[in-house]
Amino acid sequence: MIDDFFKISLRGLKNKGIRSWLTMVGIFVGIAAIVSLISLGEGLQNAMFEQFEMLGYDLIYVMPGSSLASVYTTSSKLTDQDLEIIKDVRGVEIAGGFVTKLAQIEYRGEIEYAWVSGMGVETQEIFLDGTGIEMVKGRDRFREGDTYKAAVGYEYWSGNVFEKPVGVGDRIKINGKKFEIIGEISRIGNSDDDRNIYILMDTAEELFDVENEYITIMARVKPNYDIEKVADEIKKEIRRDRGLKEGEEDFQVQTMQQLVDSVSIILDAVQAVVIGIAFISLFVGGLGIMNTMYTSVLERTQEIGVMKAVGAKNSDILVLFMIESGTIGLVGGLVGCVIGGGLSKGVEYIAALLLDQVLIKASLTPELIIGSLAFSFIVGCISGMLPARQASQLKPVDALRYE
Amino acid sequence: MDKMPEEKTREPIIELVDVWKIYKMGEVEVKALRGLSLDIYPQEFVAIMGPSGSGKSTLMNMIGCLDVPTKGKVYLENKDISQLYESDLAQIRGQIIGFVFQTFNLMPSLSALENVMLPMTFQGVDRRDREKRGRNLLTMVGLEQRMNHKPTELSGGQQQRVAIARALANDPDVILADEPTGNLDSKTGKEVMDMLTRLHREEGKTIVMVTHDPSLSTYVERIIQIMDGKTTEHLNHNHKYGGIEDEKK
Repeated sequence: MIDDFFKISLRGLKNKGIRSWLTMVGIFVGIAAIVSLISLGEGLQNAMFEQFEMLGYDLIYVMPGSSLASVYTTSSKLTDQDLEIIKDVRGVEIAGGFVTKLAQIEYRGEIEYAWVSGMGVETQEIFLDGTGIEMVKGRDRFREGDTYKAAVGYEYWSGNVFEKPVGVGDRIKINGKKFEIIGEISRIGNSDDDRNIYILMDTAEELFDVENEYITIMARVKPNYDIEKVADEIKKEIRRDRGLKEGEEDFQVQTMQQLVDSVSIILDAVQAVVIGIAFISLFVGGLGIMNTMYTSVLERTQEIGVMKAVGAKNSDILVLFMIESGTIGLVGGLVGCVIGGGLSKGVEYIAALLLDQVLIKASLTPELIIGSLAFSFIVGCISGMLPARQASQLKPVDALRYE
Repeated sequence: MDKMPEEKTREPIIELVDVWKIYKMGEVEVKALRGLSLDIYPQEFVAIMGPSGSGKSTLMNMIGCLDVPTKGKVYLENKDISQLYESDLAQIRGQIIGFVFQTFNLMPSLSALENVMLPMTFQGVDRRDREKRGRNLLTMVGLEQRMNHKPTELSGGQQQRVAIARALANDPDVILADEPTGNLDSKTGKEVMDMLTRLHREEGKTIVMVTHDPSLSTYVERIIQIMDGKTTEHLNHNHKYGGIEDEKK
C-alpha cells in the first residue's frame, strides 16, 4: 500500500514541475554547503596531520614563554642549563637547541627577509632523522667547523625567493656576512618553513650576537617510553631548577600530540561556525518546503476531499503529504550532495594546481553522504508536518465543496 | 398507495431520524435540516429532489457519511454513525458507499485504472486483486481501451464512467450520485443514467441520486422531495420501468 502512496505523492510533485525544483533550492544550498565544508574541512585536517607526522611524533619541543603565541616575544630564555636538564631526564635519547632570528638575506643585489635557524650538530641529528626532512643536494649533514656555511629551504632552490634559484655552491649574504650554500633541504610543504635558512649554532651566536639562548629545544624520546610522561618530567625538572610553582611556568613543553590537538580545536571551531551558517540555509529551505506544501494543500483541497470520500482516513492523507515533503527534502539533498561534492572536488583540483602538490584531499565519506541525505529527508518531513496535518484534518464536506 | 407493505417489514439500509443540521455563519444560525426523517430500503433507486437551498446537499452529506448531524440519528446498515469520528466514517464510506459526483472528481494525476484502484488502496486490498478488479470494472463501463488515459484525455461521459467504476471498486451496497448528469450533454447523460439503472437492476445496488432535473425522475422508483430542510416523499408513478411491484418481485 505504501508504494501506491509514493506513486500518488510523486505524481503530485511531478505536476508541480518547476515549482518543486525551486522549493528544493534552499535544501540544495544548505546540503551543498554542509557536504563541501565538511569534506574539505576533514581533508584539511588530514593534510595537517600529515604535516605534523612529518615533524615526528616522538619529539618533544621546549619553548620559552607560557604559550605558543609568546614564543618570540617573551623575555624568558632557554639556556644551556635547561638543555643539560632535559638531556638528563629519563627517556630522553638526545636533545639539542635552535636559535631562530629574522635576518636580511642578500643574493645578487636582491634583498629579502627570512628566518635563519642556528642548530648544533647534535640538533641536526634530531632534525634530519625520522622527520622526513633531509638534505637532498650537496652535503647530507653539517660538520663541526662549517662556519659561515648554510643550507637553504625549498623556496630558495626552486627559485621562489630570488629571481634565480639559490643552490649548492652559491653565495649569499646574511645580515651582511658572506655564506656559502652547502646543502638544499627537502620540501616541507608550507612556504614559511620552506623559506628557512639553516646554519650552525656557533655561527648563529656570532652572527646574531647571542649566547646561551635557544628559541626551541628539541628532544627525541627513546623507544618504548611514554612521550607525554617524559614531557611532564621535563616540565617538572625545569620548574624545579627555576624554582617555579606548577602553573607559573615561563616556558612550555609541547609534544606533537598536543600540537595536533590544539590545531584540531581551531579547525573544529571554524568548521562549526560555517556549518552553523549552512544550517540556517537549511532552516530557510525547510520554511520554503513548508510554504510550498501549504500551497499544495490549498490547491489540492478538492482532491483531498475526493480521497476522503472514497475512504482515505486522516492518517492516509497525512502520510501522503509527508511523503511528498520528505521527497522534496530528499531530492534536494541528493542534488545538494552532488553540488557539494563537485564543489569540494573542484577546490581540491584548484588547490593542487596552485600548490602543485596534493595537499587538500576532499574527504567524501559514505557516512557524510548518507547522513546528509537522511538529514535532508528529515528536514523535508518536519517542514511538511504542519501542512500535512492541516490537509488530513480537512472536513471532507468542506474539501469537496472547495473550488 | 403511500408505502408498500413489504417495505415496512424490511429493514432500511439508510435511516435518518429527526436529523437537524445547523450551521453557524458568524452570528446567524442556518438550519439546513430541520428534523428530517427518511428511510431508504435495500435495492431501491431513489431520487432526492428539491430546489437549491432546500438542504439537498446537506442531506446527501449525511447519507454519504461525509458529515454528521447536529442533532438526531443517522443509521447506515443499522449502525449509528452520528457519533463516529472521521477515521471510522472514512472506513465506512470506503466500504459501504460509492460516490458519483457532478464534476466527476477524478484524481488528475492518476490514470483511469489508478483512479478506480484508489478506493481499494485505502482499504488495503492487495495490489494484484486491485488491478484485476479495476480492469474488470473499466471493461464493464466500456472503457477497456482507455485504462491508462489520464482524466484530461477523456471526454466528460468517459470520465463519469470512470467515476462510476471507481464508485463500484469496493463493491458498496449504496451508490450516491450527486447530479451525475449535471455536466453532461443529454446523450451521454442518458448513457450514464442507463448505466446506473443497470447497476440497480442487475447488481441490486441501492442508488440514491440527488438532482434537480425533473427529467431524470423517470428512471427512479421513489422521489424524496426536500423543502426547507424537511421531506415530502412519494412513489414515482411515472417510473419508466414500471412500478416497484414489478421491480422487487
